[in-house]
Amino acid sequence: MSQHAWETVVQAFPQILGKGLTMTIPLTLISFAIAMVIAVVVAMVQFAKIPVLTAICRFYIWVIRGTPLLVQLYVIFFGLPSIGINVDAFPAAVLVFSINEGAYGAETIRGALESVPAGQLEAGRCVGLSYLQIMWHIILPQAFRTAFPTLGNELISMVKDTSLAANITVTEMFFQTQRIAGRTYETMALYLEVAVIYLLFSTVLSLLQKAGEKRLAAYGRQL
Amino acid sequence: MALLDIQHISKSFGQGEVLRDVNLKVEKGDVISILGKSGSGKTTLLRCINFLERADAGTMVFDGQEVDLHRAAKKEIDGIRKKTGFVFQNYNLFRNLNVLENVTLGLTAGRGMDKEAAKEKALDMLGRVGMEEEKDKFPSQLSGGQQQRVAIARALATDPQIIFFDEPTSALDPQLTDEVLNVMRKLAEDGMTMLVVTHEMGFAREVSSRVVFMDGGLVVEEGEPKSFFANPKDARTRSFLRLAESVKA
Ligand SMILES: Nc1ncnc2c1ncn2[C@@H]1O[C@H](COP(=O)(O)OP(=O)(O)OP(=O)(O)O)[C@@H](O)[C@H]1O
Ligand SMILES: [Mg+2]
Repeated sequence: MSQHAWETVVQAFPQILGKGLTMTIPLTLISFAIAMVIAVVVAMVQFAKIPVLTAICRFYIWVIRGTPLLVQLYVIFFGLPSIGINVDAFPAAVLVFSINEGAYGAETIRGALESVPAGQLEAGRCVGLSYLQIMWHIILPQAFRTAFPTLGNELISMVKDTSLAANITVTEMFFQTQRIAGRTYETMALYLEVAVIYLLFSTVLSLLQKAGEKRLAAYGRQL
Repeated sequence: MALLDIQHISKSFGQGEVLRDVNLKVEKGDVISILGKSGSGKTTLLRCINFLERADAGTMVFDGQEVDLHRAAKKEIDGIRKKTGFVFQNYNLFRNLNVLENVTLGLTAGRGMDKEAAKEKALDMLGRVGMEEEKDKFPSQLSGGQQQRVAIARALATDPQIIFFDEPTSALDPQLTDEVLNVMRKLAEDGMTMLVVTHEMGFAREVSSRVVFMDGGLVVEEGEPKSFFANPKDARTRSFLRLAESVKA
């Protein structure tokens, strides 16, 4: 690698990592947290088979999972202003990532809810618990353990997917890298560098995921 | 007045008529064994009484209160469930909770009892079934017999007026069956009202105050255990008992 490339990479490192820590990670965590709230509600509505709401949830999941994330970002950030609704880049990205992951997460959690044996719900009813109490104390905790590995993978995917937010001017890691590349022309070195930083983030999250799975397994042993 | 008086209960699943017109009276302190071959509707009967399944028709008077088994409102159902206990064939302990929490949940969340009082009561109940030593274990760490004893403690803890048992020992090998039957025997001696679907002829003969024999969705015969086993009147009862004897031998 040339002297210039090295210097660029070294100089760029704190700038790219900085954006990672101040933009990519917060964008991911905030979006994922909101997505989990959406996912639990949407999954529970379907699990409880609440008439009209279930149909609405199915429609939401169908639309979100059937369209590209990038297109969703464009609709919100570039589309809405044309009908008079302006959203800043960062909140627009949070909105889209939350709604997007909400749909995938809902399917994961619904599957996990349905894998809890019916006898658990019946036993809850027989000791005099209400439906919501049974969900809260019995069904959701068990479903969460089942869903945890998949949700962990979805979180890791989301870290990588936030790079798409560069397209709507969110100055996250990848956007920052593109900027520096435009200035220095060290495209290969810089894009490899940002790839390595994404890899670093994913690896840390995978390790956390493994540790989390271990803890869940220790607590209560295998279901 | 009987504690539980079920009249004209019927239930079909699609084309299959599972309960035709079942009547059953349970007095306070009764221990009633329900016998019958597989598919005769025993489980369905218990499930309809506790509304885990909706009967197509029938009424029930429980603790002086009359309910329509088909149309009962949520509030009536909740009221009845708070006063009854259910012990399942496959235990159905809450898998994410330890033994103690399995017993306390119905008291704290279900009945608003404070944590300390619930814990004390739960330990007391676990003592009655000989499981207080395992209070911190999770269901997956227990044998089937131990799980079933915890399930009995869980049912007992809420002070039910009656406990329904659906083949509580049929998933257990003989030794574990005995440890569970001994607990049930003790409950009977303490005056607990119990409605027990079982294949354990010894239990039906020695512990129950009445035996009910079901076949094809009907109560075919019922009586005190002595006369029931000594002179069964109906031909279906006789052939069932003969078969049960031959299996044992
Ligand atoms: N949810 C259901 N859907 C359809 N059919 C059912 C359902 N539950 C029970 N049945 C049918 O109803 C009949 C009676 O079942 P039930 O479980 O009450 O019998 P049982 O007397 O408890 O038998 P066993 O001794 O095998 O437990 C069976 O033919 C069964 O297949
Ligand atoms: Mg049965």
